[in-house]
Amino acid sequence: MPDQEKYNEADPMAGAGTEEEEMQSAIENRQFDLGTMEGETLVKGERLADHPEAPSADERVVPRSLWQDAWRDLRTNPIFIVSSLLIVFLVLVAIFPSMMTSTNPLNCDLSKSQLGPTGGHPFGFDTQGCDVYARTVYGARASITVGVCATVGAALVGTVLGGVAGFFGRWPDSVISRVADIFFGIPILLGGLVFLSVIKNKSIWIVVAFIVVLGWPQLARIGRGAVITAKEQDYVTAARALGASNNRLMLRHILPNAVAPIIVVATIALGTYIALEATLSYLGVGLRPPTVSWGIDISAASDSFSVAPHMLLFPAGALSITVLAFIMLGDAVRDALDPKLR
Amino acid sequence: MSTSSTSAQPRAGRAGTGTGPLLEVRDLRVEFRTREGVAKAVNGVNYSVWAGETLAILGESGSGKSVSAQAVMGILDSPPGFVTDGQIVFKGRDLLTMGKEERRKVRGAQVAMIFQDALSALNPVHTVGAQLGEMFRVHHGTSRKEAREKAVELMQRVRIPAAKERVGDYPHQFSGGMRQRIMIAMALALQPDLIIADEPTTALDVTVQAQVMDLLAELQDEYHMGLILITHDLGVVADVADKIAVMYAGRIVETAPVHGLYAGPAHPYTEGLLQSIPRLDQKGLELYAIKGLPPNLLRIPPGCPFHPRCPRARTICREVDPPLFEVTDETGTPVPGRASACHFWKETLHGE
Repeated sequence: MPDQEKYNEADPMAGAGTEEEEMQSAIENRQFDLGTMEGETLVKGERLADHPEAPSADERVVPRSLWQDAWRDLRTNPIFIVSSLLIVFLVLVAIFPSMMTSTNPLNCDLSKSQLGPTGGHPFGFDTQGCDVYARTVYGARASITVGVCATVGAALVGTVLGGVAGFFGRWPDSVISRVADIFFGIPILLGGLVFLSVIKNKSIWIVVAFIVVLGWPQLARIGRGAVITAKEQDYVTAARALGASNNRLMLRHILPNAVAPIIVVATIALGTYIALEATLSYLGVGLRPPTVSWGIDISAASDSFSVAPHMLLFPAGALSITVLAFIMLGDAVRDALDPKLR
Repeated sequence: MSTSSTSAQPRAGRAGTGTGPLLEVRDLRVEFRTREGVAKAVNGVNYSVWAGETLAILGESGSGKSVSAQAVMGILDSPPGFVTDGQIVFKGRDLLTMGKEERRKVRGAQVAMIFQDALSALNPVHTVGAQLGEMFRVHHGTSRKEAREKAVELMQRVRIPAAKERVGDYPHQFSGGMRQRIMIAMALALQPDLIIADEPTTALDVTVQAQVMDLLAELQDEYHMGLILITHDLGVVADVADKIAVMYAGRIVETAPVHGLYAGPAHPYTEGLLQSIPRLDQKGLELYAIKGLPPNLLRIPPGCPFHPRCPRARTICREVDPPLFEVTDETGTPVPGRASACHFWKETLHGE
C-alpha cells in the first residue's frame, strides 16, 4: 500500500488502517489525546468524501491556478494558435527584416516607378521606384514597435492610476476619474492632428507617447472597476484582518485578481493602436520618411490607386492581417480568462 | 468531549497583562451613515474576555454582533461605518487611539479573525501553502522555504490529512470543513492572544460543524487564547462557551455564564430564543417563535428596543430604556457575571 505510506509520512494519523492501529499509533506518537480521536475518525470520513476513489497522492489531479486553466484552454483554441503563430512571425520579421528580404527599402530606382510585380520583386515597385515587398517587410517594425510600446505604456499608466483610484476611492478616485474623463473626451484623430502637427521632429517615440496619453483612460477605467470588485472580496478583508499592509493587499491580493480584464482589453487595444499609428501616418501627422511605415506607404499609394493598385494592396493587407491577429489573440485570451463572457 | 492535550506545551500565562482582562470593550458605539439616515448598529456595548476564556456573542442578523467584532479588528468599512464612541482596550492599551501602522501590527500577530465563509475568505489565486506562509513572511520575515515548512506544520496542527501533498493546492480544491480548518490555521499561525471567530461554522454542514468547533476549542485550550465566538446558533455555544452575551438592536441585553443562561434566562428575548429551539419532548406541538422582526436600525423604537415583540411589555417598556440590571438569585445575592437589560428581569428569571 504505497499510498498509505505516503499519508503516514505526512500525518501519522490519517492513513492508518484500523481503529486499533490508529489508537496505537496515537499513543505511540503521543500526538493527540483521546478526545481528538473521535474527530480524527471523522476526518478520515471527510477525506473519503473529498476523493471518492481515494486516489494516492501520485494520481491526484495536479492543482491548477486560473492562469494554468487559461493556458490549457488557449492551447486547444484554434483562434489562439493561428493568431499567435502569425504574431510570432510578425515579431520575427520586425526584429530581423533582413531574414525575409535582402533588398534595402530605401534603395530606390525612379526608372522602375510604379512597375508591377516582376521576378525577384514579387510586390512590384512604388512611385519612387522602391521595392514594395522590402518596404512591407521593413514596415512591420514601426507598426509592431508602436503597437507594443504604446500598449505596455498605456497598460502600466492605466493600471497604476486606475488601481490607485479603485483602491483608495474618495478624492484620489475623483481626481483620477475626472482627468481620465477629460482625456476620454478628446477625439483621438482631432487630438492627433492638433498635437502631432505642432511637433516637428517626429520620432517613433513621440507617436508612442501620444497614443499612451490618449489611450490610458480606457485601461484605467477597466482597472479601476476590476480593483473595486476585487477589493470588496472577503479574502481582502481577511488578509487585512490578519495584518496585511496596504501595499501587500494591493500587490498580492487585489492585483492578481484584477489583472485579467486589463490584459484582455490591452491585447485588443494593441491591434487598434497599430491601426491608429497607420491612420496618423496616413494623415501625415504620424511617422515621417525615412521611417518605413505601412501608414506612410498607404498614404503615398492612395493617389495612384487606379494606376498601380499593388502599391496600396500589399501594405494595407499586411496592416489588416497584423491588426486582425492581435484582435483575435485578445478575443482568445478573453475567452480563456473569463469563460462566462463567451 | 475532552479538550485537554497531552503532547503540546501549554502556553499558559503567555497572554494578557497578568492582572486585567485580555480585551475590554467599553461603551462601544458604531454607526453607519447611509443615504437613508444614520443606522446605529452598535449602541454602547461592554464586554471583556480573559486569556483562556471563551465569550459567545449571540444574536440574530443585524443585532450588531459582527459589526462590533469588525470594530475590534479595525476592519470596519469606513465610510459608511464609524466608531463614534467607546474604548477597545487590548492588553491595557486602547486600540482606537493607536496609530494605523501600530494597529496593523496587532492584527494577525496578536488578534486574529476567523471568517464565516472560508472559500471567499481565502484568495483564489494563491495556493493555501502560500497564504499560510504569508503570515510568517509578513510578520516575521521568514524565508520562502521555511514559510512553506511552517505552513505544512500548521496544516498538520489543524489535522488536514496529507498536508505535505496538499500544501500546493488551491482553496477551491478543499472541502468546506477543510477550508475552515485552513482559515483556523491562518488565524492561529502567529499564536495570537485573542481569536475572534465570526460564525465559523455557519457555512458548514452539521457533522463538520462539531469537528471544527472541537478543534477550535482544543487549540484555544492548548494556546491559552481568548476566544470571541460570534454566532446565532445556541447549540454551538453550549459546548464551548464560558460566558454568553446576548445582543439585540446593537446593545447587549443579557450577559451570563453559559449554564446560568440555559437554566434560567433573565431577559424575555433570551427566553424566546431558548424556547424556539426544537425539542424532542415537545414533539407534535407548534414550535415557539418570537413574533415580529428585529427593529430597523435607522428607527430604533423608544424605550426598550425589544418591547414591540415582547410578551411581557408594559407601559414602562415603551418609555424607559432599561439599563443593564445586576441579576440576583432568589435570596437577593448577586450572581457574578449576570446582568439583564429588562425592567422585569426578576419576573422573567424567577417566573412570576
